[in-house]
Parts: sequence; structure tokens; C-alpha cells
Amino acid sequence: MKKKYLSLTLALVIALAMALTGCGNSSSSKSDDSSKTLVFGRGADTTSLDPAVVTDGESFRVTQNIFDTLVAYDYKNQTTEVKPSLATSWKISSDGKTYTFNLRKGVKFSDGTAFNADAVVYNFERWMNGKKSGKFAYFPSMFGGYKGDASLVIKSVTAPNANTVVFTLKRSSAPFLKNLAMSPFAISSPTAIKKYGDKYGANSGVGTGPFVFKNWKKNNTITLVKNKHYWKKGLPKLDSIVFKVIPDNSSRLNALKNGEIDIMDGLNPSDINGLKSDKDLHVYYRPPMNVAYLGFNVTMKPFDNKKVRQALNMAVDKEAINKAFYNGQAQPATNPMPPVLLGFDKSIKDYPFDLKAAKKLLAEAGYPHGFTTTLYTMSNPRDYMPQPAKTAEALQANFAKIGVKVKIENVEWSSYITKLQKGGAPMYLMGWIGDNGDPDNFLYTLLDKDSAGSNNLSFYKSEPLHKVLIAAQTETNDAKRVALYEKAQKIIHEDAPWVPLEYAKAALVGKSTISGFAPSPTGSEPLEDVTIK
Amino acid sequence: MLYYSVKRLLMLIPVLLGMTLIVFGIIHAIPGNPALTILGTKATPEAIHSLNKSLGLDNPWYVQYFSYLKDILSGNLGTSIQTNSPISSEIWPHLAATIELSFVAMIIAVFVGINAGIISAWKQNSFLDYTAMILALIGVSMPVFWLGLLEQWGFSIKLQWLPSIGRDDIRNSVNPITNLYLIDTLLQGRFDQFWMVIRHLILPAIALATIPTAIIARMTRSSMLEVLKSDYIRTAKAKGQRMIWIVYKYALKNAFIPILTVIGLQTGLLLGGAILTETIFGWPGVGLYIYNAIQYRDYPVIQSGILVIAFIFVMVNFIVDLLYGLFDPRIKYR
Repeated sequence: MKKKYLSLTLALVIALAMALTGCGNSSSSKSDDSSKTLVFGRGADTTSLDPAVVTDGESFRVTQNIFDTLVAYDYKNQTTEVKPSLATSWKISSDGKTYTFNLRKGVKFSDGTAFNADAVVYNFERWMNGKKSGKFAYFPSMFGGYKGDASLVIKSVTAPNANTVVFTLKRSSAPFLKNLAMSPFAISSPTAIKKYGDKYGANSGVGTGPFVFKNWKKNNTITLVKNKHYWKKGLPKLDSIVFKVIPDNSSRLNALKNGEIDIMDGLNPSDINGLKSDKDLHVYYRPPMNVAYLGFNVTMKPFDNKKVRQALNMAVDKEAINKAFYNGQAQPATNPMPPVLLGFDKSIKDYPFDLKAAKKLLAEAGYPHGFTTTLYTMSNPRDYMPQPAKTAEALQANFAKIGVKVKIENVEWSSYITKLQKGGAPMYLMGWIGDNGDPDNFLYTLLDKDSAGSNNLSFYKSEPLHKVLIAAQTETNDAKRVALYEKAQKIIHEDAPWVPLEYAKAALVGKSTISGFAPSPTGSEPLEDVTIK
Repeated sequence: MLYYSVKRLLMLIPVLLGMTLIVFGIIHAIPGNPALTILGTKATPEAIHSLNKSLGLDNPWYVQYFSYLKDILSGNLGTSIQTNSPISSEIWPHLAATIELSFVAMIIAVFVGINAGIISAWKQNSFLDYTAMILALIGVSMPVFWLGLLEQWGFSIKLQWLPSIGRDDIRNSVNPITNLYLIDTLLQGRFDQFWMVIRHLILPAIALATIPTAIIARMTRSSMLEVLKSDYIRTAKAKGQRMIWIVYKYALKNAFIPILTVIGLQTGLLLGGAILTETIFGWPGVGLYIYNAIQYRDYPVIQSGILVIAFIFVMVNFIVDLLYGLFDPRIKYR
């Protein structure tokens, strides 16, 4: 017995010693295989490979590389301007109700199916007929509904010939093109959809994009390989991409430093400073397409008084909030929409951080000694607000200086939205992440009277603003739209239904040997131009 | 023995049934619903309503419960709401990852824990005893996620000895057959990969093993102290037997029952509770699978996942009960 134990111990010790010494030189983590593979570390797994049924960024991060849309955002220049993709050109009728797209010729899905007008029609028919399953998340919210709903903006999608698709709309809709560029409206192979039926996306996804789906180990890795027949000549530059799930932010960074992954998102703001001096790593910032704000319920006293809202706007130290809770990486917000969007009004100067002026305004409004109110906040971090509870405390301290006593209430996210939609919060913290890169998706969605109680949680109803926003929705000339949106932002600035707080920039970090990576404001991007030295 | 086994196995049925009811009750009591998480916060109420309908979530809770129960009884673990795939095929790779990790962690815990406990008891109140018990105290109290990050920093980044995450090298990944990578690599004759898998197991297994090691060491120490004081040990000493022989052969066998109980309980806990280790080490195990499901309110996955873990937990304890007789013939099964 004793000998057995001893020999077992000895064997284990030797094995361990061998393991530890052997590891030093067998540098498997830095295998220098000649094929170029990029390993992208991320916090959560994809939910489906069918872009039409998902809403989460982690799913789009993958589908963006498998599929193409009819038109695409300008990913290279990191803007949401629309460029040709599967459609080479398009014509919009003068009444804005007919869109005619000329399709790219000779493109094939990775399963060999030809890409043509019928394939586009098939995809749109599938989404428009989704009422029964109800599983298409973005389609009804971006196009107004399903077939049978009066609110659906699309009247018909037809294919007069193999290379032309015509969309007829029920009413003119300026954000229509930008909607088509969104990842959920990427075109899938009709053959694949028919083949997999209900299970399409569970372990399959066939598109025309730069990469082809190879395999998916759930909660672990998704591997894509180069599409050798990709229609953009010479692209993609990588041979394969592996998306690896590492839930913890700190250990993901450890894996990057150890060379097991090449690039990652979800960097802790507090880790950024330590990385700046590291020559082997490069920090990227995503241009913000979001806004974090403090909203007032303008139907509740004392926030029905414009002067009170303006006074509170002057009492918030946005720079301090940026430094304390965004590690200085955010941009203090002046408008309800971020600067990357068309029509952002640069001429608007933010309310100055001026406590004296704020007190004076409060006195004018009839509250010389301030008042008591409640600030609601979500209990969990959001992309646009990493520390909601602490941000609320900072605001509480800010407001105390002008005599406004604030009580803070934390509410769990799913109950929080319901609470706000019912109009139960006098002041609340919220934010919005843009969907299609169109100003309409911020201003109309968040502040028009039509949206009151759904996404307009301030119940702010302004007739002049409504007129401008509706005019902008039907205007297809960009210059005219810009003028309308600038007018809209001026109205909102004056009425001050919110305190716009910050535009949050997400940080990513990758090895400095990577080139061609340009983070898109939409949250994810095709990696066709990325390469590794 | 046979009668006892059958009786114990039959008793599992009400236990597991009760468990499904409790889990079902809890997850339906928490706010939020799957349609909302699937469609995102921007979904229209009509969209949520129609998805709820197509998922069968608009039925009253007891209808949902009994249709779930019917599925389970016919051997069907259900379909994930989130991915629309059968849970029985989805859960195995995760379960295999957790089993492999827990197995290695338990080997470490049993080997180190028992020996540390024996030495502590044998050399009671010595420097060795104090050191071992202080280490055990630290092991019990150390937060696993912190230990894991520390290991990564030390052994991966600074010393560059071991990989910091995952079950295999991402650029040289294992081709799964059984999803138990140690077995898969051997079946394929890939000894290089077998070695790689072991290297990937070391850090998470040590992190996972700390708490059970400490608990086993303490239990071994107290159990051994009691046994070492008994008459038959004194007799053995008087007969001039060598101490190491007495300790490992005579004393350990009699001290083993409580240790075995602890080992059984800890094994069960590791299988279901490796979630922190899995998070830190990017280990695609069953803890992570259920954790994700909770975030998505993927009811079938939460229910079936917990059911499977509970089943394993109960089975491990059942096996431990049977093992008692092996170590102590005085125990009779009726």
C-alpha cells in the first residue's frame, strides 16, 4: 500500500514537472501556421445564424461576415452613409414611393444558388409573412409591421427581371434605404431556407458574404472560413475567423495578452489606461451611435415647467460624469442624437454648467428653495451607461447643490421599462442605441408625440416638433432633411425634455499586428479588410 | 443490496418530480419573459404577443407545466426557445466539458486533500499541521474568480507556462467525438492534442479544486484524529507496526466514511456549481449553458438543465451510499 502511494505520488510529481517545464517551449498558443486566422474574443455567444430573427450584437457580429445586404453602410469610413452592396444602383421615384434596385450580376450564395431578384423577393416575402411565427424581431419594428397590418410600409416587392427589384411603398419613408442596410435584412439563400425550414439559423446560415459558416460549438467558438468566390475581388484578406466566447472581461484581456486571441471587445474602462503604453496592443474606439440621458416626465409637476427642466440641465456636470463612470472615454452629449448621424446640429451649444443661473431659473419657475423628487434608474449596466446607480448618485449630488432633493429608486431592467412606459417616474435614466443610423430612429422614435408611452418615456408632445419630424420622414432629399432635423434639435433643446448626458464609446483592443479593422458605429462590422502581419 | 438499490432508485422519482415543480415555479416567478428578450426592448406589443403564442407561453402555467412533464416522461428534454434546437443534443457537449473539468478537479482535491488531512492529523499541532490548516482556511475562503485571474496572470502571462482559457487551442481545436476531449484525442491517436488538453485543464482544475481540497483536508483531519486515538491503533503501535502503515492502512479505512460523504457532496456541487470557473476560463460547461438560459428566460433549457444536474447529483450520492459498504463491512443495506 505504502509503495503504491509513493509511486503514485512520484508519478504525479514527475508528470506535473514535465507539464510545467514542457510548456515553456511548446508555444501552442503562438502557433505560426501560415494560414491567416483571426480569433475574436467576445463576452457572449450568438443566438442564431439567421440574422432576421436576432436582435443581439453578438449574433450580428457573426452574420455580418456571412451575409450581404442590398445596400451597406460605409464601414470603411465608419459612418452610416449608405453605399451599394448587392444592389449596384437604385432609383427613387419623385413621390418617394417606388424604389428600383439594379442587382449585382454573377453573384452566388455559398451553397451555389444564384443570387438574383427572385432571391430578394423570397427573403422579403418570408419576413412580411412572419405574423404567425412572430419570430422576426427587427422587421416589424423597422418596416411598421407584417403583411395584413395597415402600418406595414411596404406594399409590394416584385422582380420585373432577374436583376431588378422594385419596392412599392404605401407612403414615402426617408429611412427606408438605411433600414435596408441593417444586418437583420441581409439576404439568405432561398435554397438553404427551404432546406432547413424552421431550423434555419440553428446550425446553418448561407449568404453571399466574405466568409462561409463552418462550425459552431455552442458557448465556445464559431468558425468561418474564407468565401473563395466572394464578389469583391481580392477580399477577404483572412483565411478564417474564429469567434471565441470568454464571458469575463478581465480573463478575456488575459487571453489577449497571452496571445490566445487576437482582438476583443468588452474592455473594462478601468483597464484602458494600462494598455496605452503596451506596444503590442492597440485600443480602438467605436464611434458612438447611442445616447445616455436623464429624462423628465413632462406631464408631472414640477417638470411640466420648462424653466425647471432647463435649470436642471444647467446643474449637471457632464464632464465629471464622463471622467468618473466612463473613464473619460465618452463624449458629453448636447443633443438627443449622436454626432455620427446625418443632420446633427453642431451649432447648438449645451446648457452651461452654471449653478447660479440654474438657481435663478428655479426661482423664476416658483421654486426658490428647490423641491423633492425621485430619480429612477436601472439596476444593471447598459452599453451607454456602465454604472447607472453611481451615475444616479452623482446626479443626486449635482441637484442637491441647487436645492433639489432627489431620492433614488433602482429597478430591475425588464420591470423598469414597463414602469417608465406607464409614466410612473418623474425623473429617470435611460439611453438608446441606434438601429439604422438614421436621425429619425432617434428623434421621432424617442421624442415624437406618436411615440409617447412606447419609446418616448418623457410623454413630451410638441406639435411643432411633430410637424418637422413627419416632414423629414417623407423627404428624400438629404440636404432638405438636414435642415429639418436641425430645426427639430433646436426645438428639443429649447423645450429640454431631457438632459442628454453622454455619447458612450465602446473600446476594443487588438494586437498591433492587425490592420484594416475599423469599428462601425452600428456595433459590428464585416472583417473582410482585416489582416494580420 | 439489490433491494436497497431498487428502493433508492424508485425514491428518485418523487425527488426529481418535486424538483421540476420547484424550478418551474421559481423561473415563472421571476420577471421578464422569453419573447421580450428574444425580440429585444424595441419590440412592439403585437410582436411579443404573437411570439408568445407561437411558443405556447400564453397558456396558463399548469398547462405549460404538464406539457413539459409529458415531454420529460417520454424522454424528451424539450427544445431551446433561444436556439430552436433540441436540448438533449445541445446539453451533452456542455455537460461533457463540465464532467471532464470536475473529474480532474476531484482527482486533485481527493489526492491533495486526503494527504494534507492525514499529515495534519498524524503530526497534530506541528508546524506541518498549522500550515496545512491555514492553507485549507485560505482555500475555503478564496474567491474562485480571483484565484482564477491570479493563475492566468502568473502562469499564463508572466511565466508563459500554460494557456489561460478554453478547453483546447483555438487554432488547433479538437475534433469532438464523445466531447470528452481527453478520450477523443486518444481515440484519434492525437497524443499532441491529448497533451494540449491536459495543459488546458490544469489551471481551471486547480481553481475549481481549491474549495473541495480544503474541505476534504479538514474532514480527513478531524476524522483521522478521532480514529488515531482508538484502542486498535494503540495496539498496532504497540506491536511495532510502522506508523505510515498504520495511518494509511488501518486508520484511513475507518476514518473514510465521513470523508467519502464529503467527496460525494463536493462532486455533485462541482458538476452544477462550476459556473464561476467556467466564466473566468471561458470553459463551455453546463453552468454557463444554464446561466445563459436564465438571462434569456429560456425556460425549457433552465428546467431541463437543472433537472439533469439534479439527476447527476442524486446519482453520485447514491453511488457514494453503495460505496460505504465497501469501506465498512459493518454497514448493511436493507
